[in-house]
Amino acid sequence: MASSSSYNSPCAACKFLRRKCMPDCIFAPYFPPEEPQKFANVHKIFGASNVSKLLNEVLPHQREDAVNSLAYEAEARIKDPVYGCVGAISVLQRQVIRLQKELDATNAEMIRYTNTCTEIIPTHHHHHDAATRMLGNNEGPDVGGSSSSLLAQSPSSAAFYYPSPWNNDLSGDAFHHIH
Amino acid sequence: MISGRCAACKSQRRKCPPDCIFSPYFPPNDPQRFACVHRIYGCSNVGKMLQQMPVQMRAQAVDTLYMEARWRIEDPVYGCVKLISQLHQNLGDTESELAKVKALIAFHKLQISQVNELHQPNLDASQSNIVEQFQFDYPAQNHYPWFIN
Repeated sequence: MASSSSYNSPCAACKFLRRKCMPDCIFAPYFPPEEPQKFANVHKIFGASNVSKLLNEVLPHQREDAVNSLAYEAEARIKDPVYGCVGAISVLQRQVIRLQKELDATNAEMIRYTNTCTEIIPTHHHHHDAATRMLGNNEGPDVGGSSSSLLAQSPSSAAFYYPSPWNNDLSGDAFHHIH
Repeated sequence: MISGRCAACKSQRRKCPPDCIFSPYFPPNDPQRFACVHRIYGCSNVGKMLQQMPVQMRAQAVDTLYMEARWRIEDPVYGCVKLISQLHQNLGDTESELAKVKALIAFHKLQISQVNELHQPNLDASQSNIVEQFQFDYPAQNHYPWFIN
């Protein structure tokens, strides 16, 4: 956790707001002076007093994560003023659905091969188990059964679609920008 | 009697002018919508954001601001960012599972080709390229948010 520990170094928030950075400044631990853009973004979208209120609503040990998530949202909103983070969520959901369909199809193909092997190789199960152990999967021959197990863990609130021009961040690079 | 004010102007206790920037998007019968947005972003920030974008995009912008505000109210620490990280996690897990299943398929193809060779030893040597299908790459580690270990 960064902090403005130097006596004469105001935090990025107080520098931005052109005020004295007090020892108990609520922003100082989370907006170091060497990251001015972080506070500038957060201020532009949320405003200093809203951020301060939000920080006061959470426990002290949660504040760093809260600030970082606010910074992430602010950056996303600045990049895409219309869709913000919702655009990224939409893109990711589509990717998850597409990939899950591909996994389902591949599992079905796997089952076909498994059945074929069972027919032509009497000792197939031994080979299959050896293969799955080799790959670090201890579930044995049932590997193709639970194709929907991952999506069952998806947030149920993510049941919407938003078209988004935010297609440049498929790898999640924006996460790096805030860290 | 002041009637017909949008939810924003009602909340701010002011007159709602005919060209109020908020009124198309914050109807008076849905005060919660403006309350959420106002609580997280503040009235003037929302007004500035709306002014800076084309009129035809403002409805969607307000919808997404409202969604993100609601997420943030429900989860003041992570807001909607938690959902994004969960989706990234899901993607990574699904990619790994897909890679494993593809590798198993390659293994079975190899088995089948080996059995075929036993029965028909003069098969084309290009069958051996199936072994190369073992060369799968697990997906590179995704860049998750800082709080995902």
